[in-house]
Amino acid sequence: MKFGIIQFPGSNCDLDKLWVLQDVLKQEARYLWHKDTDIGDLDCIVVPGGFSYGDYLRTGSIARFSPVMKAVADHAAKGKLVIGICNGFQILCEAGLLPGALLRNRSLQFRCEHIFLRIETTKSPFTNAARASQIIRVPVAHGEGCYFADPATIEELKKNDQILFRYVDADGKVVDTASPNGSVENIAGICNKARNVCGMMPHPERASENALGSADGRVVFESILNHLRGSKPQ
Amino acid sequence: MKAKIYVTPKKAVLDPQGKAVANALHSLGYSAVGDVRIGKFMEIELAGADQAAAKKQLDEMCHRILSNPVIEDYRFELEG
Repeated sequence: MKFGIIQFPGSNCDLDKLWVLQDVLKQEARYLWHKDTDIGDLDCIVVPGGFSYGDYLRTGSIARFSPVMKAVADHAAKGKLVIGICNGFQILCEAGLLPGALLRNRSLQFRCEHIFLRIETTKSPFTNAARASQIIRVPVAHGEGCYFADPATIEELKKNDQILFRYVDADGKVVDTASPNGSVENIAGICNKARNVCGMMPHPERASENALGSADGRVVFESILNHLRGSKPQ
Repeated sequence: MKAKIYVTPKKAVLDPQGKAVANALHSLGYSAVGDVRIGKFMEIELAGADQAAAKKQLDEMCHRILSNPVIEDYRFELEG
């Protein structure tokens, strides 16, 4: 499978993602510069974390106008996969590829720690390899990860089973104290209605090998591979 | 022309920054202080003299990039 990882000025999780896809999961993967538009051969685009354009104005607000993002929108419109992680999630929301927005953490603190996530649905290209309600331990590292959408949009997300991950405690319960940022309904990650675009604040790529303290995040990438293998003639 | 643009968080959006500043003002003894909301102020120099065209462009700019309509409201003033 072919993956493309976008590099914006200020991206800083690009190498982690290349490592996981290329070296851990043995897939074909390459960097895409933010000015690239030739991405037609790729199966999945990864929008990485970091501080694109210095987070100026709003997180992701300038990156979304990069030439590559037009190509990403076309790629998504064809039903191909896009996953945005951390700053990537913020960029996909700003670009209108996902509903809602990410606000400053309720605590006003930058939170960098391992948290627990509950997989809320396995019916997505990003979670199909997980068990129902599986709890995974992965890190977060963000100052602006408080997911917000108006109540009508939240209802819509629930109705369409678009909430993929919620922050939970170690027992899998959705409680306020389990959320590092104060997101509406402890939402940590969602997909679009067509289910081919995903955004999440936590970093599965930083928890994909036991040497890093947790390999729980691998399930996200393994799900993507499952999905791509299933949808492609071998 | 010069445009003065104000971008503010929508009423329904939590503003933890405003809350922290309100708490600080209270602890300094300003007990009359109620809700505090923090937004952004921008000044933009614009070429040309056509006010109507400038307003149209500013609306577009505010909508597309200077504010995020999901979480923010905006307004602007234009000085000749």
